[in-house]
Amino acid sequence: MSNEIEKKDNNLKKESVEVLYDNLSKISLFKKIKFLSRLSFTKAKTNIIEKIKGLKKETRIAQKTWKIVELSRNENRPKAIDYILNIFDDFIELSGDRLSSDDKAITAGLGKLNGRTVAIIGHNKGKDIKERIEYNFGMPNPSGYRKSQRIMKLADKFNFPVITFIDTPGANPAIEAEDNGQASAIANSIELMFQLKVPIIVVLIGEGGSGGALALAIGNYIMMLENATYSVISPEGCAAILWKDQSATKQAAAMLKLTARDMLNFHVIDKIIHEPKDGAQTDPQRMIKILKENLISALSMFDGVDGEELKKQRANKFEYLGFYEKENK
Amino acid sequence: MADFECEKCKTLIPIDEFLKNLKVCPNCNYHYYINAEEKIKLIADPGSFNEIGNDIKPIDFLNFTDTKSYKDRLYQSQQNTGISEAIITGLAKVGGFNVALGSMEFNFMGGSMGSVVGERIKLLSEISIEKKIPLILICSSGGARMQEGIISLMQMAKTVSAINKVKENKLLYISVITNPTTGGVSASFATIADIIIAEPQALFCFAGPRVVKQTIKKELPVDFGLSERNLRNGQIDLIVNRNELKDKIVNILKLFLD
Repeated sequence: MSNEIEKKDNNLKKESVEVLYDNLSKISLFKKIKFLSRLSFTKAKTNIIEKIKGLKKETRIAQKTWKIVELSRNENRPKAIDYILNIFDDFIELSGDRLSSDDKAITAGLGKLNGRTVAIIGHNKGKDIKERIEYNFGMPNPSGYRKSQRIMKLADKFNFPVITFIDTPGANPAIEAEDNGQASAIANSIELMFQLKVPIIVVLIGEGGSGGALALAIGNYIMMLENATYSVISPEGCAAILWKDQSATKQAAAMLKLTARDMLNFHVIDKIIHEPKDGAQTDPQRMIKILKENLISALSMFDGVDGEELKKQRANKFEYLGFYEKENK
Repeated sequence: MADFECEKCKTLIPIDEFLKNLKVCPNCNYHYYINAEEKIKLIADPGSFNEIGNDIKPIDFLNFTDTKSYKDRLYQSQQNTGISEAIITGLAKVGGFNVALGSMEFNFMGGSMGSVVGERIKLLSEISIEKKIPLILICSSGGARMQEGIISLMQMAKTVSAINKVKENKLLYISVITNPTTGGVSASFATIADIIIAEPQALFCFAGPRVVKQTIKKELPVDFGLSERNLRNGQIDLIVNRNELKDKIVNILKLFLD
């Protein structure tokens, strides 16, 4: 029965604002018909007005969400490399997975933050079309996740904290990536991040696209720029699979709940970092300065925390995530 | 009795023979889908399976509606499969050995992993540690459950964290890949196993063939993502026919536990 009601409810959602306005005007017409004039339509009218408000709100949220999706992908937005080169002193890039190749979609290396050596890993999207092609638009190959794992192990050995910058559309949908074990490269990276005995600070700076993002995003403290996104699938992909209709992309984006505000509500992140008005791309230098201050204070939270404790805190943080019902037996 | 025509080799097989052969074509060895419960029966000693975690049930916390509401999809999957979520977890004996066993149901929303799959695997991992017994997960999934948004992505991290503890306790973890195992499940708990066994011709990849084909706009190799190609590429340990799966697992358990 309740299922029937829900079905009706869903059908109602499909009614457009126009249809509702049309119904509203029909009610005024009814009032003019003599034998109906004594009936009260107040309740019907309020219902329709409420529904119009609801639909308008949905549309507003969808528009607002889409603006964030566009900002997160803005080509002029500061990239991981901008943060890396401007935040850390004495940065030195380290290359290669020691197995087969060096994946340019991920930049890794060591540098100093506030006098302390840290390992830095970030997705690299590239700044112009030539770089974007060279870096595969920030979509790593298995070799990239293996390079970053090598750097993480190095950091663990020498007790350097790890800082990662997340900005990727996702993993690489290609035959070679699959043949080279894309699935296990991502899974192993996640697993390794649960094993490290050093603090891991994660910053979502742009697009946090599915497994490719998560592979570098297991942290003790996770921060997200105001206009970054984090999602299990791109809105385009979600619309294609569930709606089978590309025109549902914006609707899918709103449904997926992929903004920094949503992430904070779900406890997926610990902090939202505010951007300069109209987005990070309007004032990259200020954005870099804000992020640097945040990184220093985030790292200081873990001063003197024992390695086992760090592991435990990280595991608890992720194992706690989930919404379900538990029946009393 | 009617005959079953194999979709792959077009051989006609009497239905009772097909069923006796565990839904495997005797001519071309194509392994047809069997459900989560059938997979448990295949591996667990008769009558030994004891379900745990069935009290953990899904909820539609995002109020997610695409062409259908998540609530409707859950309800329909529950009606169609007779089970409450995309994984059944519990304790079982395999060849006399106690194990923590999970089996995924592809017919439940494409075997997708949401909060319940994550929580049940976490619970099963904790039981494996508590009882000091091996963990076996039979996988079959299209990936993360989009209707749970970012929380479904987080289940990849959650399951890996829980199973990492099993491994840190030096307990054996075996994953069994059945057709299909893709997306978020392939890039999390399915691939971090100590030993990965796959059924013949099972699709096992991160990005599915449709997505890859659309992206690269080229025909894919006929064996794209299949067990045989994965074995060649070093991604899995062994391919085992369904009728030999239990013996092979018992064989492995003996090597680790006897």
